Amino acid sequence: MEIALGHYLTVAAILFTLGIFGIFLNRKNVIIILMSVELMLLAVNINLVAFSAYLGDLVGQVFAMFVLTVAAAEAAIGLAILVTYFRNRGTVAVEEINRMKG
Amino acid sequence: MILQTIAFYAFAAFVVGSAFMVISARNPVHSVLFLILAFFNSAGLFVLLGAEFLAMILVIVYVGAVAVLFLFVVMMLDINFVRLREGFLQYLPIGASVGLLLLVEMILVVGVLATSPDTVAVAASPTPDIAAVSNTEALGALLYTKYVYLFQAAGMILLVAMIGAIVLAHRVRPGVRKQSIYAQVSRTRAEAVELKKVKTGEGI
Repeated sequence: MEIALGHYLTVAAILFTLGIFGIFLNRKNVIIILMSVELMLLAVNINLVAFSAYLGDLVGQVFAMFVLTVAAAEAAIGLAILVTYFRNRGTVAVEEINRMKG
Repeated sequence: MILQTIAFYAFAAFVVGSAFMVISARNPVHSVLFLILAFFNSAGLFVLLGAEFLAMILVIVYVGAVAVLFLFVVMMLDINFVRLREGFLQYLPIGASVGLLLLVEMILVVGVLATSPDTVAVAASPTPDIAAVSNTEALGALLYTKYVYLFQAAGMILLVAMIGAIVLAHRVRPGVRKQSIYAQVSRTRAEAVELKKVKTGEGI
């Protein structure tokens, strides 16, 4: 049985949904939310690479690389903010992050 | 061909399974480890798709940097994860219904997806023959010519992210005694040494 484009897209769709599900499920834990965002970006990458492979267009892989770059930058900044926040407040619970509220 | 099919289903099952464990594991350290497993298996999917370079980049960047960063933060911060898990099941119904809805929508889209035969003909940068040019070489030839400005912009993003992370996470701790080379070398003989004339047999 031939593995078609739809198979990869389905895997990516499931992965993306799991990422969204993870954000809903772990509403209090920023670290798991960040991991869920990484899973969603991974799903996008799988989509880009699958289309790139099946349409014979290399640009998809180039863009997957840029998505990878941005994901790495986002993880680094997000975790740095998290570390700073934890040092100041002693917690990372999402519902307590409301200092900017008037 | 059959081997490829088996490999695809194995990798796909592992990706989905470990992604599920990432969001449902009790211990966040286990979450990170399952995230690493998910990245490894999606690298396998990339290899199956013929994108070897991206697969290796995925292993190096995600497993080597991002996941280790997550692991570092999880272990460094003394967070009460049990308290964070309170109300875990409270959001399960709404999360599951939203997720299921989204999944059904996406799979319906995938089901009716059809590619025009002209698409391959109008490709922006057609993939060269794999026998002549390897994936890495083709990607490099494209990245450093047509997309060089985007490549530079990606480098700038990484630079800004690096500086931002250092600025955010760096803290100046008071009371730490550090070597000041300037102060050391700018001392003069007059302020460093005091000569005393000691009388013989009396001491200071």
